[in-house]
Amino acid sequence: MSLQMISVILGSLTIASALMVVLSKHPIRSVIYLVITFFFISSMYILMNAQFLAIVNMIVYAGAIMVLFLFVLMLLNLNKEAEPETSRMGAITAVIAGGTLFLVMITALRDTFQYGKGYTPVKVQDAGLVEQLGKMLFSKYLVPFEISSILFIAAMVGAVLLAKREKQVID
Amino acid sequence: MEQLNNIGASLDFYIFVSIALFSIGAIGVLTRKNMIVLLMCIELMLNAVNLLLVTFSTFFGNGDAQIFVFFIIVVAAAEATIGLSILIMAYRNSKSIDIEMFNKLNG
Amino acid sequence: MGKDMLLLILISLPLIGAAINGIVGKKLPKAIVGSLATLLVFASFLIAFGLFIGLDKTSIVHLFQVAKFEDFTLDINFQLDSLSIWMTLIITGIGSLIHLFSMGYMSHDEGYHKFFTYLNLFIFSMLLLVLGSNYFVLFFGWEGVGICSYLLIGFHYNDTEKGIANSLAARKAFIMNRIGDAGLLFALFMMLNKFHTLEFVEIGKMIAASPELYTGIAGAITLCLFLAATGKSAQIPLFTWLPDAMAGPTPVSALIHAATMVTAGIYLTVRSNFLFELAPTTKDIILVIGIATTVVAAFIAMRQNDIKKVLAYSTVSQLGLMFVALGMGAYTVALFHVTTHAFFKALLFLGSGSVIHAMSDEQDIRKMGGLSKLTPITHITFLIGTLAIAGFPFLSGFFSKDEILAHAWMSSPVVYGILMIAVIMTAIYMFRLYFLVFHGSFRGGDKLKSHVHESSLSMTIPLMVLAVLSVFGGILNLPGIVFHNAGHWMTHFLESTTYGLNQIKPEHMDGTQSIIMMCVASAVALGVLAWSYSTYVKKQALAKEDAEMNAWEKLSNNKLYIDEIYQTLFVQPILWLSTTLASQFEQRILNNGIFKMTSAIEASGNYTRKWQSGFLSSYLFWMVMGIIGFISYYIIKSSFWN
Repeated sequence: MSLQMISVILGSLTIASALMVVLSKHPIRSVIYLVITFFFISSMYILMNAQFLAIVNMIVYAGAIMVLFLFVLMLLNLNKEAEPETSRMGAITAVIAGGTLFLVMITALRDTFQYGKGYTPVKVQDAGLVEQLGKMLFSKYLVPFEISSILFIAAMVGAVLLAKREKQVID
Repeated sequence: MEQLNNIGASLDFYIFVSIALFSIGAIGVLTRKNMIVLLMCIELMLNAVNLLLVTFSTFFGNGDAQIFVFFIIVVAAAEATIGLSILIMAYRNSKSIDIEMFNKLNG
Repeated sequence: MGKDMLLLILISLPLIGAAINGIVGKKLPKAIVGSLATLLVFASFLIAFGLFIGLDKTSIVHLFQVAKFEDFTLDINFQLDSLSIWMTLIITGIGSLIHLFSMGYMSHDEGYHKFFTYLNLFIFSMLLLVLGSNYFVLFFGWEGVGICSYLLIGFHYNDTEKGIANSLAARKAFIMNRIGDAGLLFALFMMLNKFHTLEFVEIGKMIAASPELYTGIAGAITLCLFLAATGKSAQIPLFTWLPDAMAGPTPVSALIHAATMVTAGIYLTVRSNFLFELAPTTKDIILVIGIATTVVAAFIAMRQNDIKKVLAYSTVSQLGLMFVALGMGAYTVALFHVTTHAFFKALLFLGSGSVIHAMSDEQDIRKMGGLSKLTPITHITFLIGTLAIAGFPFLSGFFSKDEILAHAWMSSPVVYGILMIAVIMTAIYMFRLYFLVFHGSFRGGDKLKSHVHESSLSMTIPLMVLAVLSVFGGILNLPGIVFHNAGHWMTHFLESTTYGLNQIKPEHMDGTQSIIMMCVASAVALGVLAWSYSTYVKKQALAKEDAEMNAWEKLSNNKLYIDEIYQTLFVQPILWLSTTLASQFEQRILNNGIFKMTSAIEASGNYTRKWQSGFLSSYLFWMVMGIIGFISYYIIKSSFWN
């Protein structure tokens, strides 16, 4: 099985599981399908020799963020099919809109397909390796990196503040 | 595909996949009514963009795009936490996470 | 200290007084408020007198520039010459006497400090008016005295009985003056357009250089200036405000509505003599209007029963006489009459103020009588004023009127004849007033009689000073026939400013004519005096009640129905127009239009707000549509327009 076959199969599976995220009625299932989608995307990263991002994607997205979603679902006890049906008209409109968006974007990038057809990377890429990215992150992108930590603190404080129960006001 | 390269498929295949993911995410946002699913669809769209960035990064041998992906993941994590806390607040107030319940902005 | 500095101090002293009294006057004791205001004006008078002594040539003091335009500038400049210093002397001199009088007259009033603030402000504005070296400063002063006049007429606006009438009188004065002010503004604009400057001296020079260039525009400008003058100096057709202005406190009537402000129109005309000399038509109009005013006002004054109304119409009549002089080009004669009139009319008004004060604010002469024993000083001074205005020989009014009559004789015997009638009427109504007030028996009842008292010293001193001036004021401009060297002193003093253009010399009449004229005038005054004495003292005739009057008396008593005519001609149509416009135009068109507009906006809002469904998915749908639209646009653009 050639690499091409593998990548085509991976791509198809990714799209299929993404579709399942949208189509499944049950929120828990959606989450599971989304995790699966993220795994496929990570494997595509590996194919493209971006190991560091693949790992980060798996840990942060599939691991942390999706677990957070699951927690919230469990916490609110929404593990039931309470969601009302989308109207048929609405669904059709949405699909038409999404399809048009897809076509339009494909059209917009048609030049890229032409130029990219004969394009082959000269040598095996090592840009995605941990060493390379680490060097870049701590030299060229040091300041944004540090600032992102402040963003995290802000997000943490915000999350705590928003989610905590308000004090009961006795009047 | 005329010529195999060492990273599996050609450039246009990856672009196709990422645009497809983005469109599917958009359809999801438009159709679904559960706010958590909505957030997940947004994550899906973000990932589509990430995939596109990584693809171009690899094909042009430039690591900068991957750093951007890294930062996008950072921001997405922050966004998810805040989004979920707002969702919890909303649920507490109205015992529902149906997006159609929150239509106070109607004219 | 130079003259410039002195001039600025002279102008600013009343302003300082107004500022002090206006800001902290309420907390100061009345004695300080009054004496401060009076002393500051008196100091101004002393400075003015010093400048008058040391006057040699016209000098201009530049204070600051207000605005600079492409082809003209607006400056605050002051001009020191014989005309301006003469007016300043009158204003500050009479002004300080009236301030002194007011200290006694207003002593029981609550708005004491307010009154003196306004008076000082008035003096300041009046000084601006006469001392400014251009029409711009003059206009400032013009408006300033207008507002002070308005404030002082309506001074007792919250009086329980007459408050509304006072406010209406103030409003009337203000609106009438506004019509005149519009004329002044038009004149200013025309001058700026034509001469690119408002300086008196420069305009005078330009006209002197080439008079034929400006004959056309001068007619228009002078007509507008004369409109302004009719407003401020109460001439036909804008004279009805002055009698109503007597609603103000009596010192105000004396200072503003008799001695100084109403002569602003005369001053304006004299100051613009270079323009008026180019416009013979305007001068004829002035002459006609002056004659008409003097006769009409004198006629109305014959049967008025309010002591102040008589004096008010007398003022209008005398002002008409001055305009007659102006219409004949006799500028210095007009100014001479301004001066003497300021003396005796201020005296008469202050005297009437003293009478009113003594009578506990009663102004109706039908309730007076026999006051000569109760208020001796007022009686004597009032008599002097009456004699002076009636043209009794060798008092000030005799000389100034005689000059005007002489000029009238020179221009046309008809004018002389009409003026003579006015002069006779003046004498009649003044003697009627005098005899009814001071002779006969007291008609106000015993209760009132017990209260009648002579006024305090601060009120009688100004009366005495003015009486002396009224007697000897004629010395300023004695006819040349008697005193060859001393004659026409004032005319020669003012020559440099009033004969700048044509160098017309004052007309010296030959001896016989002059003497005949004086004899006629004296005979008239004495004849009327004798007749009045026999009527009012010997026969004890009284002012008739309304029912007993015959036709012409009714006409006079009702002021020729001019107020009613104006009411029908101007006020009613305007009111009708306003109400019609309010109900038709405003209600139907404006209001309806606005309501239609708002309802249309509301309807469109109601329609478009449905787009804001509040559903997130619909917003997202439109957002996606927008993205699609944008991308399509760029695709199409790059495909077809490359």
